[in-house]
Amino acid sequence: MRSADNVDTSALLLEQVNQALQYATPLRIQGANSKAFLGRSVPGEVLDTRGHRGIVSYDPTELVITARCGTPLMELAQVLDKAGQMLACEPPSFGAATVGGMVASGLSGPRRPWSGSLRDFVLGTRVITGHGKHLRFGGEVMKNVAGYDLSRLMAGSYGALGVITEVSLKVLPKPRQSLSISLELDTARALLRLAEWGRQPLPISAACHDGQRLHLRLEGGEGSVMAAHERLGGERLDASFWTRLNEHQLSFFDEGQPLWRLSLPNNTPELELPGEQLIDWGGAQRWLKSDAEASFIRTVVTEVGGHATCYSHGLVNSPFQPLPDALMRYQRSLKQQLDPQGIFNPGRLYAEL
Amino acid sequence: MNILYDERVDGVLPDVDKAVLLRTLRTRLPNLEVLHQREELKPYECDGLSAYRTTPLLVVLPRQLDEVQGVLRICHELRVPVVARGAGTGLSAGALPLEKGVLLVMARFNSILHIDPDARTARVQPGVRNLAISQAAAPYDLYYAPDPSSQIACSIGGNVAENAGGVHCLKYGLTVHNLLKIEILTVDGEHLTLGADALDSPGFDLLALFTGSEGMLGVITEVTVKLLPKPQTAKVLLAAFDSVEKAGRAVADIIAAGIIPAGLEMMDNLAIRAAEDFIHAGYPVEAHAILLCELDGVEADVHDDCARVRQVLERAGASSVRQARDEAERVRFWAGRKNAFPAVGRLAPDYYCMDGTIPRRELPGVLQAIAGLSTHYNLRVANVFHAGDGNMHPLILFDANQPGELERAEALGGQILELCVKVGGSITGEHGVGREKINQMCAQFNSDELTLFHAVKAAFDPGGLLNPGKNIPTLHRCAELGAMHVHMGQLPFPELERF
Repeated sequence: MRSADNVDTSALLLEQVNQALQYATPLRIQGANSKAFLGRSVPGEVLDTRGHRGIVSYDPTELVITARCGTPLMELAQVLDKAGQMLACEPPSFGAATVGGMVASGLSGPRRPWSGSLRDFVLGTRVITGHGKHLRFGGEVMKNVAGYDLSRLMAGSYGALGVITEVSLKVLPKPRQSLSISLELDTARALLRLAEWGRQPLPISAACHDGQRLHLRLEGGEGSVMAAHERLGGERLDASFWTRLNEHQLSFFDEGQPLWRLSLPNNTPELELPGEQLIDWGGAQRWLKSDAEASFIRTVVTEVGGHATCYSHGLVNSPFQPLPDALMRYQRSLKQQLDPQGIFNPGRLYAEL
Repeated sequence: MNILYDERVDGVLPDVDKAVLLRTLRTRLPNLEVLHQREELKPYECDGLSAYRTTPLLVVLPRQLDEVQGVLRICHELRVPVVARGAGTGLSAGALPLEKGVLLVMARFNSILHIDPDARTARVQPGVRNLAISQAAAPYDLYYAPDPSSQIACSIGGNVAENAGGVHCLKYGLTVHNLLKIEILTVDGEHLTLGADALDSPGFDLLALFTGSEGMLGVITEVTVKLLPKPQTAKVLLAAFDSVEKAGRAVADIIAAGIIPAGLEMMDNLAIRAAEDFIHAGYPVEAHAILLCELDGVEADVHDDCARVRQVLERAGASSVRQARDEAERVRFWAGRKNAFPAVGRLAPDYYCMDGTIPRRELPGVLQAIAGLSTHYNLRVANVFHAGDGNMHPLILFDANQPGELERAEALGGQILELCVKVGGSITGEHGVGREKINQMCAQFNSDELTLFHAVKAAFDPGGLLNPGKNIPTLHRCAELGAMHVHMGQLPFPELERF
């Protein structure tokens, strides 16, 4: 690997954090800023993590890769691809996403219900804390229950608990066979079928419904994929569909009405909400384009056991669904313990954090 | 240093007036079953790690959730430490009671509340046994994947508290990967829901933080787990090797071939012989190591994968490869492995099971070093190994009736765990730290890291009343241990190779 791609600037990052601690300056931790549209606006000085980059170690037979936070996600994917492996949870790159931002946002792609989430693949992290220390939690082994699981806690924390400088992730071999199909089915029937198929050992690894058609990806060995294709029928679908879905490049995601992400129990029936919907994750994640009031959307999804995140920046004061009071109190308490001066991305997740 | 709670280094515990506590519990929770007499308390003095025993101040056995809440509120008011316990099968003394504390037994909450076959979830009370979930899900052709070896007895609440593993972790994950939601009570009895029926929930991922937190942050009162469709078929291959190194390389080769087995287990010669004597599984007793490789899934894929794995094993130098011909033989192959602990237990009056993890590539060196330690301490060690995910279970054989043998076994065990840390692994893969590995935590984490762990604890239990003395050592304890090492002027046993 070229040396420009492999640079350890953690000492510099640590110094910047210590300075911020000294002057109580809030920091806006930023990689490629590819997910600026998510969460609340953060005041403060930019802490650019992109200089701290490169693959620290990768041994395909150990199924673990360790990379610094500034490493572009695309670079990581390429290195894995060469060895016939992948990040099974398919984190989106929204352009130039870095590994640090990938962990901080904790987003996963179409395979998530079957593979597990980004958080599920985190084995270890190095973190600069609100006490001005550069610490290591977890490690490079699959099983590790020593101490509290601070590594997985970092996933989806939006940088509010510390600067993630390095992460070790479990990786998996790519499936031998992958085949995408699409079937004509209305939404209600598609959801019923997905529930029925979910109880069977079918090699489905992605399922998206656009209102007219159910798109499926079948992955596994040659035998199981072919057998499932024969059984389910349908037309062949170009596999790039899943990338376009993951990266929000389908026409559904074109500018227009505000975009919401609904996270729901997978067997939730069709939701009556104004606007357009696109179902992903076999029913567990639904994209909504709607002018409906945030409170209305949230009332509807809360009733069925879900929550709603606003993906249109600046539209609502709390893009992430407000938490019950007691839960927020403990989240605040955790934030205060780990970031006592409140310098890390204050307010990005919630005004109170 | 003594493993039982030591107020001098573990922190002073509040003095509790047993009579006042008992009176308060009886007045405010008249239906709560409370054990307080010596002979009643005796059965609760240890968990699955029976070498360590402490008689609890009181044992409470609630049947209603409001009783659990009541107990926590009273203990919080009176400043009484609380140790929660499920089935008591844990192997790290995580549920070891305190002389000055209440033991809160959750075993009576053993109802399966709801199986939802369409959502593929089970909502259960914390005292439900691990295996009972799969049994309840079986009519829908679903099951709960994590299968710790104690699964017929261990409870799901304990599984969550310990982030329990099993033999199928490499493919199906640990407890944390198979949970959707837990209900908990905080130290002062406040109810929180962590996680959701959806696949994620907003805010910091407290579900991940609580999983494996060993009863230090809250008491689990309900658990919702994911269920999976039962694999269509499962096949197992048994390969024999004339060296442990070859077997280790074969494991890496299987992964390199792009195959993730459902289970991949290794046993060394002492373990093979013990298991064969006990179970007659048909193991090759001359082999230096055997690998058990289970492949599951759709029939056609499993068939192909078996052929691929067989080829890999043969190329890696296996002296024999046998595929179980039928279900009976598959079960017999597994029976040897699953009974390896009791089988090894027949070789000596006592055994002590370790639980370190290492990067797999370090296996040959670590096994060699363990052999060296075994000679040094003059105690036999049998090795069984979740080879797929690098989780070793060295079993140290000893006789507690021989003066000094338990101490030697502990010292040997401690050395093995520190070795695991040195090669980039962990002191515990699935059994937890509990009280057992409290000293080794000082080897795995530095004082700044431990300080951060204490900060996490303080966010949920600032008074330190939940399971004090477990999981995270005080800096004082680590300092005293460090002083002991320095006092000796060098690392113990300098003649042993370290890497």
